[in-house]
Amino acid sequence: MIYDDLQPSTARRTLTASTRLLGKLRLDGPLLLAISATAVFGLVILYSASGENFALTRGQFLRMCLGLVLLVLLAQASPKYLRMSAPWIYALGIVLLVIVAVIGDVGKGAQRWLDLGILRFQPSEIMKLAVPMACAWFLHERPLPPDLKVVLVLALLVLFPVGLIAEQPDLGTALLIGAAGVFVVLLAGLRVRVIVGTLALLPALAWLGWGLMHDYQRRRVLTFLTPESDPLGAGYHIIQSQIALGSGGVFGKGWMNGSQAQLEFLPERSTDFIFAVAGEEFGLIGLMLLVGLYLFIIGRGMYLAMQCQDTFSRLVAGSISLTFFVYVFVNAGMVSGLLPVVGVPLPLVSYGGTSMVTLMAGFGILMSLHSHRKLVGS
Amino acid sequence: MSNRVRIKDHWAEQRMFLRRTIAAGTVMALLIAAVLSKLVQLQVVRHDYYVDLSQGNRVRVEAVPPNRGLILDRNGLVLAENLPAYQLELTREQVADVDGSLKALVDLGLVLSDDVDRLKRLIRSRPLFEAVPIRLQLTDEEVARFAVRRHDMPGIDIRTRLTRHYPYGAVAVHALGYVSAISEQDLPHIDAREYAGTTLIGKVGVEASYERELHGSPGFRQILVNAQGRPMEGESPLRADLSSKTALSGNDLILSLDLRAQQAAEEALAGRRGAVIAIDPANGDVIAFASVPGFDPNGFARGLSRAEYAALEDSIDRPLFNRVLRGAYPPGSTIKPVMALAALSYAVVDPEQVRYCRGFFTLPGSSRRYRDWKPEGHGWVNLREAVAQSCDTYFYGVAQALGIDRMAAFLTKFGLGQRTGIDIDGEKPGLVPSREWKERTFPREGERVWFPGDTVILGIGQGYMLATPLQLAHVASLIAGHGTTFQPRLVTAVRNARTGEVRRLPPKPSPAVDPDEGSHWQRVVDAMVAVMNSAHGTARATAVGSTYQIAGKTGTAQVFSVGQSEKYNEKEVEERMRDHALFISFAPADAPRIAVAVLVENGGHGASVAAPVARKVMDAYLLPQAPAS
Repeated sequence: MIYDDLQPSTARRTLTASTRLLGKLRLDGPLLLAISATAVFGLVILYSASGENFALTRGQFLRMCLGLVLLVLLAQASPKYLRMSAPWIYALGIVLLVIVAVIGDVGKGAQRWLDLGILRFQPSEIMKLAVPMACAWFLHERPLPPDLKVVLVLALLVLFPVGLIAEQPDLGTALLIGAAGVFVVLLAGLRVRVIVGTLALLPALAWLGWGLMHDYQRRRVLTFLTPESDPLGAGYHIIQSQIALGSGGVFGKGWMNGSQAQLEFLPERSTDFIFAVAGEEFGLIGLMLLVGLYLFIIGRGMYLAMQCQDTFSRLVAGSISLTFFVYVFVNAGMVSGLLPVVGVPLPLVSYGGTSMVTLMAGFGILMSLHSHRKLVGS
Repeated sequence: MSNRVRIKDHWAEQRMFLRRTIAAGTVMALLIAAVLSKLVQLQVVRHDYYVDLSQGNRVRVEAVPPNRGLILDRNGLVLAENLPAYQLELTREQVADVDGSLKALVDLGLVLSDDVDRLKRLIRSRPLFEAVPIRLQLTDEEVARFAVRRHDMPGIDIRTRLTRHYPYGAVAVHALGYVSAISEQDLPHIDAREYAGTTLIGKVGVEASYERELHGSPGFRQILVNAQGRPMEGESPLRADLSSKTALSGNDLILSLDLRAQQAAEEALAGRRGAVIAIDPANGDVIAFASVPGFDPNGFARGLSRAEYAALEDSIDRPLFNRVLRGAYPPGSTIKPVMALAALSYAVVDPEQVRYCRGFFTLPGSSRRYRDWKPEGHGWVNLREAVAQSCDTYFYGVAQALGIDRMAAFLTKFGLGQRTGIDIDGEKPGLVPSREWKERTFPREGERVWFPGDTVILGIGQGYMLATPLQLAHVASLIAGHGTTFQPRLVTAVRNARTGEVRRLPPKPSPAVDPDEGSHWQRVVDAMVAVMNSAHGTARATAVGSTYQIAGKTGTAQVFSVGQSEKYNEKEVEERMRDHALFISFAPADAPRIAVAVLVENGGHGASVAAPVARKVMDAYLLPQAPAS
C-alpha cells in the first residue's frame, strides 16, 4: 500500500485519536455518527415544522444532549450489571404502570403520566427497555431455542405491561413494547412451526383486539381503510399529510417552504406527522436520505448485536435495533397512509422528550453490550 | 430425544441468531420497499394532483339539500311548492373576522343590525365548513349591491337555493303551517347530517308534523374551490376524482283539504275572527280548516324582521293563533244534541212528552232563575222542538235530571275534554268539568264543591265546559255517523316524488259511541234537521234554497255573564264583549258527506252569523260547480 510510505496526515491522526477516545468511552463511532446526523437533521426539520419556534427547537436540542449523556453513561455500565438489574427494573416498571392506572394524570384523554412533582414522565417509557431486557434475562441461562413453557412465561412477561399500556390507552407504545418483547423471542430461535401457528391465530386475535379497542381506535382503523369516507373528521390527518408528501415531489419545496406545514393545515406536524413536513420540504430525496440514515443505524445495530458473545447481550442488542425499525416503519407507514394512525413518533426527529431520551438510553445499552464483550467472553 | 436436560450450545445459538438476523433483514427490506413505493406513488406519480390540492385549490364537500316535498290539496292543486331564490351564505372557515363581516353587511343594508347577535350565535352553532344562510330570498337589487363588494368578503357568497313558496298565500295557513330558517332551538331535535345544507324547517302545522316525510335525505357534491373558498372553473388534475351523491327528494303530501271549500270558508269569515272546520264523517278527512285572520306564510320562509314578527305577535286579532286547534270556547247550545242523546240513553226524558217553557228555570227550593234566551218562553215543547228552537229551559231540566256525573261521563265518551287525534301537533283538549276536576283545580276550599247550578248551566254548554272548533266538528261527525267516525286528518296520502307511487294512509277510527242505539241517533238527527227546516227552527233562514238537507245546531256562547236582573243589549256591549256565535252541522242529513263546525268570535247569534258560513262551505263542497277558469 502506497499510503504506508507516507506520513500519516493530520486528518488521519485526528481520526485515530478519536477512535481511541471512542474506544475508551466504549462507544461505537459509526453508530454514534449516524445517530447524531439523524438527530441534527431532525432539529433542522423540527425548526421548520414548529413554525421557526427557536425555543421549542432549543428545548429539543437540550433533551437530545441529555439523551447523549445518558447514552454515554449507560455505555459504561457492565452488561452483567445490566443483566442482573433487568428483572428489578421490570418489576419497578410494572409497579409504576399499576400506579398510573390507579392515580395517574389524564392528558389528552389518556392516562399515561406520573407526576413526581419535579417531573412528569410516562412509566411506559421504562418498559420499552425493561421488557426486552427482562425477556433476555429470562432466556440467558436457558438452552435455546426456548421450549413451550419458557415461551409461555415470556408471553406473560410481555403481555401484562402491553395490556396495561394499551388500556391507558396508548396503542403506539403498547405496539412498540410488544414488538420489542416479540423480537427477543424470535431472535432466540422460536421454532418456525410456532411462528406459523401464531400467524395463523392472528385473525382470531385481531377479532379479539377489535372488541377491546376504544371507540377512537376503532374509528382510526376504519378511517385508515377508507379515509375518504370521513374527510372532515378522522380522515383529515391522513388526507392532509398525503397532500404534504405528494406536493413535495422529488425535490421538495425547500426548507421552511412547505405550505401544508407552514399554513398549519397539517395537524401534529412537529410530533407524529413530522415525516410529512420532511417529505414536503425535502422531497423524496430528503426522505430517502432520512430512511437511509435509519437503515444504517438498524444495520449497524444488528451488526453489533451479532458480535455479542452471550445470549443476553445478543438478544437485547438485536431487539433494540429491530424495535427501532418498527418506529420508522410504523411512523412512515401511517403518515403516508399505508398504516393506521397509531401514534408512534418518528425516532430522533419528532418533538417530545421522553421518547428521545429512551431511544438514546437504548443505544447506550446497545453500545455497552457490544464494547464490553471481551470481558464477558473471558 | 430422551435427553431431557438440554445444554446451552453457544455456537448453535450464534448460528441461529445469524439466520434470524438475515430473515429479519429480508422482512425489513420488504417493508421499507412498501413504504418507499407508497412515497414514490405520492411524490412522483400523483405529484401534480397533490400540488393542486396544496395550492389551496381544494376539494370541498358540499351538502346538496334535498327538495322538500310538495303539499297538494285533494284535487292535486299545489298548496306549497319550491321556487329558486337568492340566499346570502357565510362559511365561517373562510371568514377571518365574522363580527367585522357582519358589520360590513349591516353597512351594506343586507343584514339588520337587530339580527347580528342572533346570526353570530347561529353561525357559531354550525360546523366551521358549513355555509350558514344569513339572509334568505334577496331581491335583485340586493344581489347587485352585494356583487359590487363581493371581492372584499371571502367566505360570504350568494347562492341560488330552492325556497318554500305558498302560491295561495294565507289560504289554509293554519293547516299547512309554514317553514322558516332552522334556529338554534331546532338544532337539538334534528340530525345535523340529515340537515346539512338545508335552510328551512317546518315550524307548525302539516309542515312541522310531517317534517320527516317532507324533508328527504341530502346528497353531497365534491367541488373544487380556490383558497378563498370560491368554486373554481377550468382544468385541474383534481377534477377526475370528484364524486357526488344525489339527494333524495322528500315525499309529496296529498291533503284532504278541498281548496274550493277552504276558500269559501275563509271568504265567508273575511273581516271577522273565527274558525271553520269541515270533516268528512266517513273517514275523518278535513275538507276545510280555516282560522281567521291568518297571515302570509311566505313571510316566514323569507325571514321576518323583528318588527314584522312583533306586528303579527302583538295584533289584537291574534293572526298567529290557531283557533281551530287551540281556541277553547264554551260550546253553548251546540252541545244540546249531545245532551238530548244523553237524556235518551239514560232514559231521563220521554222524547214525545211535552214540557212547558215559561222563559226561565228554577231549581227546587231556590229562587234563582236560570233564564231562557227567549224571555217570554217557548211554551209547550217536546225533545225535537226543544232542539229545533234551542229551548234552554228544557235542557236545564235535562241536565238536572242527568246530574253532573252522568253528563261528564257521556261528554267524555263523545271525545270531549280530550284531543281528537288530528295529525298535526298543538291540539288543545278542551275541558269537560266534573266533581273531581273542580275538587282538583280550585284553590279555595269553598269553591271546590260542585254546585247544582253548575250542573244546570252545563246543560246548555255554558259554565266551565270548553271545546275547540275541531272537537265540535268531530261531535257533528259522530252524530252524522250515528256514533262511529274517524280521527280528523289532513294528510290522506304520501306520494314518492321520484317514482310517483302513492301510499294511502288508512283512516283511524275514533272510539265509537253506542252505535247500536239507532233510534236514539235518528231522533237526534231529526231534531237537528228540524233546526234547519221546521217552522220555528233557529237556523231555518240558512237552509232556504238548499238542494240537500242539512242537520244543524246553532249556539251562542256567553263571553261574560249577565247579572240576574240585567237585560242584555247587544248594541250597547262593546264589540269584543259580544257573544261568540257557533254552529255545528252536517249534510246531506240522510247520507252525510260533510260535517262543519263554525265559530265566530264576538259574532253575536249562531243562527244569523255562524250558520250561513257553514252553508257556503257545504255549497262549495257538495254542489257541482263550473270548473274554475
